[in-house]
Amino acid sequence: MNILKFIESFTDDNLLNSKSSRRDSFNQFKTLGKNAALASLPLGIASLVLAPTKANAAATAFMTTQDTPTTALQLALILEYLEDEFYQMALDTNGLIPAADQAIIAQISQHEAAHVQFLSSALGDMAPEKPDFDFTVGGAFDTFGDYPTFMALAQAFEDTGVRAYKGQAGNLMSNGDLLTAGLQIHSVEARHASQIRRLRGQKGWIVGSDRGGLPEAAQAVYDGEENAMQAGFNTASVMATNGPDIPAAAGPESFDEILTGQQASDIASLFFAQ
Amino acid sequence: MKKVKVEEVKSNLTNRRSFLRISGLAIAGTGLVIAGCSNDDDGGMTDPPVDNQLPGVRNGVFDLGGGDAGILTYAYALEQLEADFYTRVVNGNNFGSVFSSEEQSVLTDLYRHEVIHREFFRAALTGALNDPDRVLPDLDFDYGGLDFGNRLQVLNTAKTLEDTGVAAYNGAGRYITTPDYLVIAGKIVSVEARHASAIRSLLNPGSADFAGNDVIDANGLDLAQMPSEILAAVGSLGVVQTPFTAQFLP
Repeated sequence: MNILKFIESFTDDNLLNSKSSRRDSFNQFKTLGKNAALASLPLGIASLVLAPTKANAAATAFMTTQDTPTTALQLALILEYLEDEFYQMALDTNGLIPAADQAIIAQISQHEAAHVQFLSSALGDMAPEKPDFDFTVGGAFDTFGDYPTFMALAQAFEDTGVRAYKGQAGNLMSNGDLLTAGLQIHSVEARHASQIRRLRGQKGWIVGSDRGGLPEAAQAVYDGEENAMQAGFNTASVMATNGPDIPAAAGPESFDEILTGQQASDIASLFFAQ
Repeated sequence: MKKVKVEEVKSNLTNRRSFLRISGLAIAGTGLVIAGCSNDDDGGMTDPPVDNQLPGVRNGVFDLGGGDAGILTYAYALEQLEADFYTRVVNGNNFGSVFSSEEQSVLTDLYRHEVIHREFFRAALTGALNDPDRVLPDLDFDYGGLDFGNRLQVLNTAKTLEDTGVAAYNGAGRYITTPDYLVIAGKIVSVEARHASAIRSLLNPGSADFAGNDVIDANGLDLAQMPSEILAAVGSLGVVQTPFTAQFLP
């Protein structure tokens, strides 16, 4: 859908003028792709961040069916661009954020801006450019005119971020420093998610696959969170031996689940400008 | 004399941390590494074989072990501490009067989650190690003068434990070699971070403390600490009464 439009503009304009350094990096990446192990990368984001020209788009699609530290960080950067712009626009909108929540939103915004800078710097020439976002999704949401709508989207973005970073952890295993940095961002997103959820009157943790009053379109953010089986252990089966009851629902609450790159990419692409 | 050789390494070798800086990630998937060689004629390496690094009693004291089993056992020890703490909190005589209903709800959820984490590790390690003697025993804890009827003392201790949990998992991730275990650790650490955020906002609502500058650096990165740092910090609390060692953990 709209992600295709973005890819089109990216391949038509930006990369025709791309610097040779990007091509060099790309060639380096191509070499890498042969060696790197592991499963499939989300094609949408892959094309978005790596496609250098239309001519070799097919080759790109082939090569980027690899998951590597680079593609993991590229996906992460796209998500951080989204969050960064989202919070910055909110802070720039007079009257949207109540005074009581100002310090919280400002802190989150500062972190997302830092994440963009950190990942951009880490990726260097391999950093994708920032897409154009439409947080109203074609006017469907009054995102910056209605605080509850803004907060609902914030929750969706933060919970998506937590799950998406977690889904990329395996792709960062080959580089301990990158993995650690990824984990350090991941837990910051989780702190944000908990705070936003609690401001909305939700628990700080995800309950089953409950989307917490968000529009049905956000269900993809929560699907799978109801999972109770961890490495063959049924977390819903734990009984209290000393203290209040432990309901079955506490099992899935106590473990967050991953989103694959494709799932995270699908969610993010809803907010790309048409 | 030490030789230097060029060798191709797989993604999870232990010296990977020095082989690429963050700016050089494009070749991180695999690569040529110039590594200080510690081969046979070097004679200086004393690390025992991996088989000798399983968790278990050494010289009369339980050692957490090394490798993935060691990291998971280390996590199990930390989860034992958290579960024990919150179990005492929710069983406190004045739990229903000292804490607001919101605080009771949060602390009760944390008790449930941490007990589940503990039981998960107990089951996972029991299954994976297939030898009860290699599973960390139940640790004893003593909180000294901590007053479980004092709201601030409890919440501040909870904050320390949750922040420590986040830093511990974040720091240990790179030492896990099995992808499935890394994902499991990731599934738990984000819940610990959600806890830390909630406790911090109970202590200072409406502030930036839920992800405060005392734990998040200028790059927007949370804490990450090595097992040795975490264990030293936890040891200094004087809470864990059961002695154990961690001679194979970084």
